[in-house]
Amino acid sequence: MALSTEEVLAGLAELVNDETGIAADQVALEKSFTDDLDIDSISMMTIVVNAEEKFDVKIPDDEVKNLKTVGDAVSFIVSAQA
Amino acid sequence: MTKRIVITGIGITSPLGGTTDETWTNLLAGASGASPLEQEWVEQLGLPVTFAAQAATKSADVLARQEVKRLDPSSQFALTAAREAWADAGTPEVDPERLLVDWATGIGGVWTLLDAWDTLREKGPRRVLPMTVPMLMPNGPAAAIGMDLGARGGERTVVSACASSTESLANAYDHLQQGLADVVIAGGSEAAIHPLPLASFAAMQALSKRNDDPKIASRPYDVDRDGFVLGEGAAALIVETLEHALARGAKIYAELLGGAVTSDAYHITAPDPEGTAAARAMRAAVENAGYSLDEVGHINAHATSTPVGDIAEYNALLAVFGDRLSEIPVTATKASTGHLLGGAGAIEAAFTAKALAEKVIPPTINLDNQDPAIPLDVVTEPRPLGDEPVLAISNSFGFGGHNAVVALRTYVA
Repeated sequence: MALSTEEVLAGLAELVNDETGIAADQVALEKSFTDDLDIDSISMMTIVVNAEEKFDVKIPDDEVKNLKTVGDAVSFIVSAQA
Repeated sequence: MTKRIVITGIGITSPLGGTTDETWTNLLAGASGASPLEQEWVEQLGLPVTFAAQAATKSADVLARQEVKRLDPSSQFALTAAREAWADAGTPEVDPERLLVDWATGIGGVWTLLDAWDTLREKGPRRVLPMTVPMLMPNGPAAAIGMDLGARGGERTVVSACASSTESLANAYDHLQQGLADVVIAGGSEAAIHPLPLASFAAMQALSKRNDDPKIASRPYDVDRDGFVLGEGAAALIVETLEHALARGAKIYAELLGGAVTSDAYHITAPDPEGTAAARAMRAAVENAGYSLDEVGHINAHATSTPVGDIAEYNALLAVFGDRLSEIPVTATKASTGHLLGGAGAIEAAFTAKALAEKVIPPTINLDNQDPAIPLDVVTEPRPLGDEPVLAISNSFGFGGHNAVVALRTYVA
């Protein structure tokens, strides 16, 4: 069963927290991974790898650069689940 | 002009304790760090050796969660020991460009490497985490310490098996003599209590198989010794020029007189039974510093508790010290700590520095029946060192025929 935006956000926030220590409640839809959350490229790729596993989706490498904000990533995951 | 070099900080995380004090107290009390391995893979894989000397303190209890996630266990131990040593040295104010790391590991990030290999085979390349290589590389511990303490004078790594961290300490001395740094963080770490090294060491008959009684398994010089006990952990030493130490009012554990490194070029794992190159390293460590072998008053031996290794070292010692050898108190602290491989030399040099500073030699446990072929004066209860300055050496020998020796002396102003 596909997860809702809220559920994906919560799951993604957990992955971000696990990788970076950033509090899960800081991981909001409008936040930029690089500018607001200061997540480096290796952490970003780690989060992507873990998100693929957690949500059972494929996030192509070419797509990762388009995922500027948490919202971008959540939307991508939600639609990729479908 | 030769500079005087001193040891001003010590950090240890080991099977005997999570700090220097805890480790030292337990060492003097005659404790053993060995215990049965409770991990499920021991039984699953049917390992022939079911015990080891595991670190007393879990890294997860002393490091930030992100540090644990981003560092191989060998780097985690390194960071813990280096931070303690740095604090113990009084967090020296030093120009980052004059601060250098010379670290050692015997095996490197074996847990990270093999966990990632399992992931690759079970789940495919997409699941291999991007941090895998920076975590498994053997220079990872040096880099972790350098980044944490802001060392820009170089983050070097020695890899010479069980001689590694004695070699790093010898290097630290040389870097300071050459003027490359004012302060060096030297030491070594190992986290190889993993089924693969256990299986491999067991296959070469190097490990004790005393599964029913781990605490008496490591027994250097005893007639019933049957191999070493795999240990893990790290030890770090802060080494600096005397001038730098005095200028900042540092406490001084001991003077580091220097070190020497030689190689057997004989056999990949067996020590040269003549011990010629090992003997040369011992002589050079003392004599290059301008001292006489007659002044050596204490030896922390490599003595891993293997049948052939302990004899080979004895032969080398006899070649160096002759008749006087029986008068020199020797200790073999692997009886308590197990064998920390790349961390062994550093922890034993740290014990030697503590012995000189506190004027007491730590004991060798489990020596019930001393091998008559090794008639050394082995210290089996803590023994006072007396008030006169003492010159001590700490020996390390590694697979590959690596011999490394450091010479320390009671600090005299």
